[in-house]
Amino acid sequence: MKRKLTYLILILAVLGSCALFLTYHTYGNIEFALALRLKKILGFILVGIACSFATISFQTLTQNRLLTPNILGMDSLYVMLQTLSIFLLGSHNLTSLSSLGNFFLSIALMMSVSTVLAFSLLRQFKHNLFLFLMIGMILGTFFGNISSFLQILLDPNEYDHLQGKLFASFSNVKADHLLVASIMIALLCIFIWWLAPQLDVLHLGNDYAVNLGIDVKALQLMSLLAISALVGVSTALVGPTSFLGFIVANISYQITKTYRHRAVFITGSLVAILLLVFGEFLVEHIFSFNTTLNVIIEFTGGCYFIGQILYKRNGNKG
Amino acid sequence: MKIEGLSKSFGKKTILDEIDLTIKKGKLTAFIGPNGAGKSTLLATMSRLIATETGHIYLEGKDLKSFKSRDLAQQLSILKQMNHLNMNITIFELVAFARFPYSKGNLTPTDKDKINLSIAQLGLTELAEENIQNLSGGQLQRAYIAMILAQDTDYILLDEPLNNLDMNFAVQMMQLLTKLVTEFGKTVIIVLHDINFAASFADEIVAMKSGKIFAHDQTDQIIHEHILNPLYEMSVRIKEIEGKKFCLYF
Repeated sequence: MKRKLTYLILILAVLGSCALFLTYHTYGNIEFALALRLKKILGFILVGIACSFATISFQTLTQNRLLTPNILGMDSLYVMLQTLSIFLLGSHNLTSLSSLGNFFLSIALMMSVSTVLAFSLLRQFKHNLFLFLMIGMILGTFFGNISSFLQILLDPNEYDHLQGKLFASFSNVKADHLLVASIMIALLCIFIWWLAPQLDVLHLGNDYAVNLGIDVKALQLMSLLAISALVGVSTALVGPTSFLGFIVANISYQITKTYRHRAVFITGSLVAILLLVFGEFLVEHIFSFNTTLNVIIEFTGGCYFIGQILYKRNGNKG
Repeated sequence: MKIEGLSKSFGKKTILDEIDLTIKKGKLTAFIGPNGAGKSTLLATMSRLIATETGHIYLEGKDLKSFKSRDLAQQLSILKQMNHLNMNITIFELVAFARFPYSKGNLTPTDKDKINLSIAQLGLTELAEENIQNLSGGQLQRAYIAMILAQDTDYILLDEPLNNLDMNFAVQMMQLLTKLVTEFGKTVIIVLHDINFAASFADEIVAMKSGKIFAHDQTDQIIHEHILNPLYEMSVRIKEIEGKKFCLYF
């Protein structure tokens, strides 16, 4: 009953902020504004859902409420792949490759790299998840450095092209492939939704999960793959999402007070969409583009992160 | 349950050394021995929490590795020694997890009956809706044991389940386990620290020392000074009170 009320309030808030975002200050030309803003909102909804599913399940896998899947280094891998493609092919060749092809190519590459990494590393280190994460983190820095090195070598025109065309951000949603992205995100989320009861048990710890008949290694591998694919798609849409997942996951755990992933997933998605749409509204109409959504999210996320750490350090649990 | 040539080492340290052991079905078997003898590791290996390196473990004649994880979870359950949960859930929700191998998260009325029954058997009915973070050590320990009961497996492995329990609950716990063995034909394998509990309640005792089986026999045959003294490397006196053997070790 109480949960339904929370859902209702959240849904109303999401609808309200969407309506506000869509109709505020259209200067009479509502069709033009809607066409532009609807795309953006769709992008936000997709990213919000992807982010909440990926982060919440990732936190269960690692049994740590402070981590986000960005630690896997997916976003810097994406940046590196894009930089490499411009560096090797040059922008004039790249335009001949359809942008849908580019989208698919980068997601496929990201997924294959993460699959190979996951399979080989987890086998090598006997399924030591934390070693795997650490290597992901180091590789992330490595990819980031390679990209900035290549970007320095690039011709300034090409670099401009790279930034303008390939680097998505919240204010520049890559809306060309919303359909493909939404299908992919839907499939991946259905998959994680299906895994959710097993993830619930994983909350008890790996030993309990094994005792209760869960193939923990297979579960880890499957969810990691789904998570990295989700992060990949959402990075392709709006670029790195930094603290968003962290805020969303922790807020929804606080709201729902449950261990059941399905409830947390729903709440998390709603919270994420609300944050993104409302934040973007603030950026566009209150701050009139003097700041970016990324900055707002990182600022609030950072404050929230520090708050959480202080709160936990004082001996509070959950 | 049969174990053949089982060895396990962490780094250079050998924890289990060529263990061969057959555990009789429908009996209460106690593992005893000094600290670091490998009792917990053996139990964890027998319940697939730790992978075997060499050797085989057979359950009902079938290699443990060839079981589907979910099927095995309906046959064999384990309660580990160290239990630390950082979750905000009630006792009922905790015990409900034990039905996962059967219901995959959607509780049926049968599941609910079993959960309530196990909670009642450990005297926790009144606390069923209490958050596990607010429980005392003993209450929590009983909640974990209720969880194992609700999993309703033929083989029950317990690693020092009497930790945190006072005398009263410890005795009740052992009586409950004895009842599970005699009335429901379960096989209980239990690591015990208090040798007197083993002497009074176990059908068979496996004594372990430095990764090897030191002695394995019926309880009466193990509770002798010539076995216990070298096992613990201290002098243990055995006295009979009302026909039962008691060990005095200080």
